[in-house]
Amino acid sequence: MAITETIGSATINGLAYIGGLARLAGSSVRTIFIEPIRGKKFHFGRAVHQAMAVGVEALPIVSLISFFIGTILALNAAYELRKFGAMQVVASAVAISMTRELGPLMTAVVVIGRSGSAFAAEIGTMKVNEEIDALETMALEPVDFLVAPKFLAMLLMVPCLTVWADFMGVLGGGVFGVSAASFTWGSYISATLDALQSRDITNGLIKAAMFGLVITAVGCQEGFSTGLGSEQVGRSTTSAVVKSIFMVVVVDLIFTAIFYLTAPR
Amino acid sequence: MASIPTSKGDNPQAPTGAAISVRNLRVNYGSREILHGINFEVPAGETLVILGGSGSGKSTLLRTLVGLETPSGGEIWMRGKNFAAMSEEDRDELRKKMGMSFQGGALFGSMTVGENVALALQEHTELDESTIEIMVRLKLDQVGLSGFENYMPAQLSGGMKKRAAIARALSMDPEILFFDEPSAGLDPIIAAGIDDLILKLKKAFRITIVVVTHELASAFLIADRMILLDKGVIVANGTTKELQASSQPRVRQFLDRIPEPELTGEIDYLQMLTGDVPPIRQ
Repeated sequence: MAITETIGSATINGLAYIGGLARLAGSSVRTIFIEPIRGKKFHFGRAVHQAMAVGVEALPIVSLISFFIGTILALNAAYELRKFGAMQVVASAVAISMTRELGPLMTAVVVIGRSGSAFAAEIGTMKVNEEIDALETMALEPVDFLVAPKFLAMLLMVPCLTVWADFMGVLGGGVFGVSAASFTWGSYISATLDALQSRDITNGLIKAAMFGLVITAVGCQEGFSTGLGSEQVGRSTTSAVVKSIFMVVVVDLIFTAIFYLTAPR
Repeated sequence: MASIPTSKGDNPQAPTGAAISVRNLRVNYGSREILHGINFEVPAGETLVILGGSGSGKSTLLRTLVGLETPSGGEIWMRGKNFAAMSEEDRDELRKKMGMSFQGGALFGSMTVGENVALALQEHTELDESTIEIMVRLKLDQVGLSGFENYMPAQLSGGMKKRAAIARALSMDPEILFFDEPSAGLDPIIAAGIDDLILKLKKAFRITIVVVTHELASAFLIADRMILLDKGVIVANGTTKELQASSQPRVRQFLDRIPEPELTGEIDYLQMLTGDVPPIRQ
């Protein structure tokens, strides 16, 4: 009885949590796309400000990590492939792994660390300092004011960062290919382009956009659920990172499965 | 208890003459009732001070008056409308005519002082930026913070933060101003400055002011009327003179600062908060 109760309550809590995330996303969509049609202002300036913090400022670290991941992929692929004298396949292995999986995933991990945690900390601190209450008493809806610009920024910037990560990953693989395998830059790039289908890139970008939504929703939700006291902000931030990583992997699995099932044979 | 309206919560008639009229207000946190049927009125242009010890429900009352808590029963009449039974849109319209100064200031830490004061004007009015800039300067001038537009809240002292928060609360020219513990955490000189500012605002703009505090000296200086809350009920309601002359034991204990025996356990604490004896847990 106790086990079924525990499973039941965990399921209900899990569903309630996902419902909370969906509610945040839904109100933000209304604020960004529907309310402006009805004449209510949406400050794109705030979204641009967020986009700079989420996207542009993350470029150096995303570049570096993706470059190294590209090189690591090439090394691992070459380790097996050289046994079969199939080193020319390294370029396509790197390209497909980066665009379909590791580009979006590594970008998401960096964005969780930089922005998901920052969202939770920002909103959590505002909650503790009564700033969220202050917004409400000023007739400003906290979701419109704080969450919607973050959703818009993440929806646009995570796919952009992913495209850049894909490119840097291929570049990282290319450095190995040219220096340690028998590629020239020209042959590496043409092998990459031959291997890639537009589907690989779009699938990766769809996943990246979904990751952006999940990271924003979890970060903001954790911020809003911060309890009393400043130590709770730290707890919310940690929880935002852990839950975001988990949710991103779950979303990744779901979308990869959908892409697999809908792929032409 | 003096001059308390006894109307029932279902009376649809808006009261006249009072800026705020609270009738039979009840507020619950979960299943626990914190405010047990509160009734009072604040005439327009007067200052009401809500006194009460820790856990008396005074902060909950203030939060309910500004719409941060939803009452489980009763009515809050402001500007001829029942604030407690409004749609969110109507409530926001009314909120534009209210200002709230929070205990810690609650200034937006990521914005400058000027941006804090300008925010409501930018969001709720069609004024152009140069007009808003002039208005921000005026509001900061009114609270004695001229020239601090470009400071970040973290660069201000406690008293200056309070003043900046008051300037922000004044930005939309409110008809009603709410203060949560305006002099808490300030030294006596700075606190006296805040009291002076409240008196000045009242005199200059005839704003209706509601202040929650437990600082007695400050309360008697700024109040026209006072209510004393204890365990979620009003034990005294009247002018400052009436309260000072009251012989009600709880009022005397509060005003004469007579200590209470220490609470010994969780049950005592919960009982103090709610006035109820909670069921003993298994």
